[in-house]
Amino acid sequence: MAQIFHRSANTLARASILGVVLLLSAVGAALMKFQRSPYVTAQHIAPEQPVPFSHQHHAAGLGLDCRYCHTSVEESSFAGIPPTKTCMNCHAQIWTNAPMLAPVRYSFSSGQSLQWTRVHDLPDFVYFNHSIHINKGVGCYSCHGQVDAMPLMYEENTLQMEWCLNCHREPEKFLRPKNEVFNMKYQQPTPEAPVAVMIGGKKESFTDQLVLGTALRKEYHLRTEQDITSCSTCHR
Amino acid sequence: MSNNSDIKPNLISASEIKPASMELETVRKKLAEAKGPKYWRTLEELADQEAFGELLEREFPRQASEWVDPVSRRGFLKLAGASMALAGLAGCTRQPLEQILPYVRQPEQLVPGKPIFYATAMPFHGHALPLLVETHEFRPTKIEGNPLHTASMGATDLFAQASILNLYDPDRSTTLTYMGELRSWGDFAMAVNSMINDKDGLKAKQGAGLRFLTGAVSSPTFGWQMKAVQQAFPQSKWHRWDPVNRDNMRAGSKLAFGGYYDPVYKFENAAVVVSLDADFLSGAWFPGFVRYARDFMRGRKLENGDQMNRLYVAESAPSTTGAKADHRLVLRPSEVETVARVLAAKVGAGGAAVGSLSADQQKFVDAVAADLTEHKGKCLVVPGEFQSPAVYALAQAMNGALGNVGQTVTYIDPVEVDAVEHGQSIKELIADMNAGKVDTLVIIGGNPAYNAPVDLDFVSAVDKVKLRIQFSSYKNETTDQMHWHVPEAHYLEAWSDARSYDGTASVIQPMIMPLYDGKNLHEVLAMFTDQPGTSSHDLVQTYWKSQHPTGDFETFWRTSVHDGFVANTASPAKQLSAKAGSLPAPAAAGSEVEVSFRPDPTIYDGSFINNAWLQETPKPLSRNTWDNVAMISPAMAKAWGLYLLENENDHQSDAQRIIEIVFPDGRKVEAPYWPQPGHPDNAVTLFLGYGQSKTGRVGTGTGYNAYKVRPSNTQYIASSAKINVTNRFWDIAVTQGHFSMDDREPVKVATLEEFIQNKNFAHEHPEEEPKDNGDKQESLYPNYKTSESFYQKYAWGMSIDLNSCVGCQACAVACQAENNISVVGKEQVQRGREMQWIRIDSYYEGDPANPSVYFQPVPCMQCENAPCEPVCPVGATTHSTEGLNDMVYNRCVGTRYCSNNCPYKVRRFNFFLFADYDTPSLKLGRNPDVTVRSRGVMEKCTYCVQRITQARIASEKEDRDVRDGEIKTACEQVCPTGAITFGDINNKNSAVAKLKSGPRRYDLLAELNTRPRTTYVAAVRNPNPKLASGTEKT
Repeated sequence: MAQIFHRSANTLARASILGVVLLLSAVGAALMKFQRSPYVTAQHIAPEQPVPFSHQHHAAGLGLDCRYCHTSVEESSFAGIPPTKTCMNCHAQIWTNAPMLAPVRYSFSSGQSLQWTRVHDLPDFVYFNHSIHINKGVGCYSCHGQVDAMPLMYEENTLQMEWCLNCHREPEKFLRPKNEVFNMKYQQPTPEAPVAVMIGGKKESFTDQLVLGTALRKEYHLRTEQDITSCSTCHR
Repeated sequence: MSNNSDIKPNLISASEIKPASMELETVRKKLAEAKGPKYWRTLEELADQEAFGELLEREFPRQASEWVDPVSRRGFLKLAGASMALAGLAGCTRQPLEQILPYVRQPEQLVPGKPIFYATAMPFHGHALPLLVETHEFRPTKIEGNPLHTASMGATDLFAQASILNLYDPDRSTTLTYMGELRSWGDFAMAVNSMINDKDGLKAKQGAGLRFLTGAVSSPTFGWQMKAVQQAFPQSKWHRWDPVNRDNMRAGSKLAFGGYYDPVYKFENAAVVVSLDADFLSGAWFPGFVRYARDFMRGRKLENGDQMNRLYVAESAPSTTGAKADHRLVLRPSEVETVARVLAAKVGAGGAAVGSLSADQQKFVDAVAADLTEHKGKCLVVPGEFQSPAVYALAQAMNGALGNVGQTVTYIDPVEVDAVEHGQSIKELIADMNAGKVDTLVIIGGNPAYNAPVDLDFVSAVDKVKLRIQFSSYKNETTDQMHWHVPEAHYLEAWSDARSYDGTASVIQPMIMPLYDGKNLHEVLAMFTDQPGTSSHDLVQTYWKSQHPTGDFETFWRTSVHDGFVANTASPAKQLSAKAGSLPAPAAAGSEVEVSFRPDPTIYDGSFINNAWLQETPKPLSRNTWDNVAMISPAMAKAWGLYLLENENDHQSDAQRIIEIVFPDGRKVEAPYWPQPGHPDNAVTLFLGYGQSKTGRVGTGTGYNAYKVRPSNTQYIASSAKINVTNRFWDIAVTQGHFSMDDREPVKVATLEEFIQNKNFAHEHPEEEPKDNGDKQESLYPNYKTSESFYQKYAWGMSIDLNSCVGCQACAVACQAENNISVVGKEQVQRGREMQWIRIDSYYEGDPANPSVYFQPVPCMQCENAPCEPVCPVGATTHSTEGLNDMVYNRCVGTRYCSNNCPYKVRRFNFFLFADYDTPSLKLGRNPDVTVRSRGVMEKCTYCVQRITQARIASEKEDRDVRDGEIKTACEQVCPTGAITFGDINNKNSAVAKLKSGPRRYDLLAELNTRPRTTYVAAVRNPNPKLASGTEKT
């Protein structure tokens, strides 16, 4: 009986075994990549908002403190989105007729809330608490990025669990003195620009982030790495 | 009336179940042979039936894991295949965009994300329970007791806990109707206005023909308004009807004192307590129960020395009070009076002893009388609300004779506004309606068409009334008979006031605007005093202004509202002495079956029938859910040929034979029987509140209607009924046999004498001690104790005092409210899939005719060597550094390995999508700090980890440690008796560490070496040495 397949088919068959393995790995790798892509995480994507509010203008340009609007960030899990009244504190006097601000004025006169789209949206099974991070020396910048350089608000980081754990496993890499938490211009210490901070009642100067972070961990009584990576820290 | 299984295709129909034969003799024999377990839960277990073995060995009882839904295997495989294919992609889905809606003008006090607590009170049939309500962005989510108020001291009961679900109930009445058609409040106001002010209106007639019908009210403002109404309409009348009323107590008070007075008991001063059918330890129907339970149990904690109070209970229907008794005498309902008469004569309280006692009864009475006489001024006789007036009068006469008045009991003017006997009041109303004297009937709350005494025939009488108006929070049977129906506001939606059992007044502060535009009772009455449209706030404030004419009213008002009570308003004690001289002759004890009518332990008089939490909460003793039963004694079940089981492959909890209870005048009702250990023979206890024909989707089709046979002359005890046995069965869902622990000894008990001699009595069995040699133990479990990163700062633990637990189930409902726990429905409960995280096991000991009963709450043990943790393939349950067995819902894939491996059976699995994600009103009531679990997810008690986290964060921000007592778990907070203590066991000075270092501490299934963090404090009973055994037989 004549052979159906040419001899070279053997090589092809062997190669295809490898091919399948490679293909599956490639699909796997692609899925992993996809899962971390901005398409899924919405990282660096500024969603459409009722008013194109610029943090750059308000925070960097006008020098408003974060807490002028996000009032509950130091005491509550939720940082707080300002009520329309906060906007109208100024905009009752300036830019009173700007068409861009029409939704704000409408909200104020009608009593209907502005409908902002959530930019930093954690899954519902994650219980993040702003206040404890602020009180332990985690700067706004560490999670939200250079907000005062954002004309439109977007998500700087993926907010995926692996990203959270980066810091929960090694908080010393990111800690800063408490009085610098809201400072968008703060730089981590370098030999050229050391950071001075009160440690144990004494002012000390640091030139290295890891040394500073380790000192702050102790000073601020951070819980251990195992403590803050226990599941119930965030999930319940 | 028959079982409704035929409409549910996937429910095993009761007719297919072949009930098995298990004779009571077998049970008795087993006991005599002393081979059976010392503590038993069900009669089957006692008889060691095969079915029980199956129940025990399987994680869930029969059918729980079988595919009985009407989906073919093929269809299932198709779905399974599809879901497998999609499972991998599920992780890659994009999160949907969410919106944030900030306030336009944010209220001053509000910090978004932080709860605010407001004081208020829950009015409950003529008295109030003071509360503290947790609100999130002004949505009430959880109810706690008001710790500042003496009637609560921070605790509540299960009705208060569950009342929040009534607020968000989607089946509440939402619309105002006239003859079933939609109308506006304006239409109604106009109709009332013309009714009053027309030429031949009510004003012209001085209110002739105008009648109001309410339940018992304790609101001072309402009393003041009603007075004004009666001045404006002198011919009008105010009638009262609460189906569960205090008529017998009132009548007894009249016998004893010549007038209506409320007793206020001081259990903390009583060394000997005698209950004559008084269920003061678990009944919300016993005003003051929350405080009483606390005071009574403080005398049993053995905190200081070896002193302990003693409780004698003579009762006619098993209650949790009887379960906690040191001596319990089982009596038929009518015999309680006989015993009371003999006892009264013995302690010198007068009254002639009528009737004779059995030897056992006599022995009991002799011992009780001697104990009472020895403790003059330090004892207390408590009469039951549902016993005859004579029992009440005798009990108070005994208190008088024993010098207890002023010491352990005082008397005050009734807390109820204008106290009347409700049975009499509704009788007059119905007589007037039949005589055509009533033109306008205004019913505020209640449901008389369903629950008025059956002989009065409310429905046909009300037909003769020209104009009928109903204010009610539900559209019910009465609504069908009405012209106008106006939705009534929930107590959390409108201003009011009320008085607690000792007379202290509370202002009821609303938490939320009426969800469905309901009006409350004050706004209704205001329409009759020319103040239509006045808000409930203004009405209540106006009244209190009149009570506080001098001084700074604003400060007074703010303080009263803030604290939850008006200072110094407790009623002063009256100087009274009870007489038991001329008592009416006792009703002759029928030779036939006596019937007791009792409020249902979880549905009350029927007003909570549409509350799913309460429906699914097991009744404290029978432990059935979603139905009421007719309780009888196991001996009667045998005598009437109601075999417990007819086929050994079945167990009792599936189907019960229906019995028919026939009264002499021909009234009859069919009910599933339940053989309750400790129930008197020749007696049946029927529970009110079920079998409503018009209710919401939760209450529909549940239970039988005992009001159908409840006449006005014998509201609580009826004699001479006949029992007919039918051949039909009723599906019932009983949890008593679920999650059983074989014949181990899960509860440890000793008498006070034994305890004094051997403080270590809970550790008598070396084989039950943990085989743990400390850190040297070789184990497959990681040794967290020696780890440097575990248990360093905090180690959370819980101690549960078996002595204090009264089995009232408040903790289970509190847990449900706090942790967003779903309900599963009757059919799922039958399969052992109930979801409540904390269950209360009840164990019996001794003869089923009158066993001792022990309650044991079982939440997750938070084992240090947790069998659940290593078996999870996806790491969804892990060990936290503080010793919690964390449950990560989003990781759980539902293998149920953890539940299989849990020796305590405290894990609960979402077999279906039990959580309601769709109903908008239910979303408002959920705790935003706890995940709402979906299908296929395991869940369990986490020691309220959300509360731990909140307290820890608060302490860290202040750079301090969490203080002892700062964290209260939901179950701990609600407990009236302080049976549950939670805290940090690393802190040796914490309350929980102290309890755990006491000699009575023991671990559940300690021999398994799980090192549970939840431990128990063994029970100690204080029986009278003169009475040989702890329980007496009749």
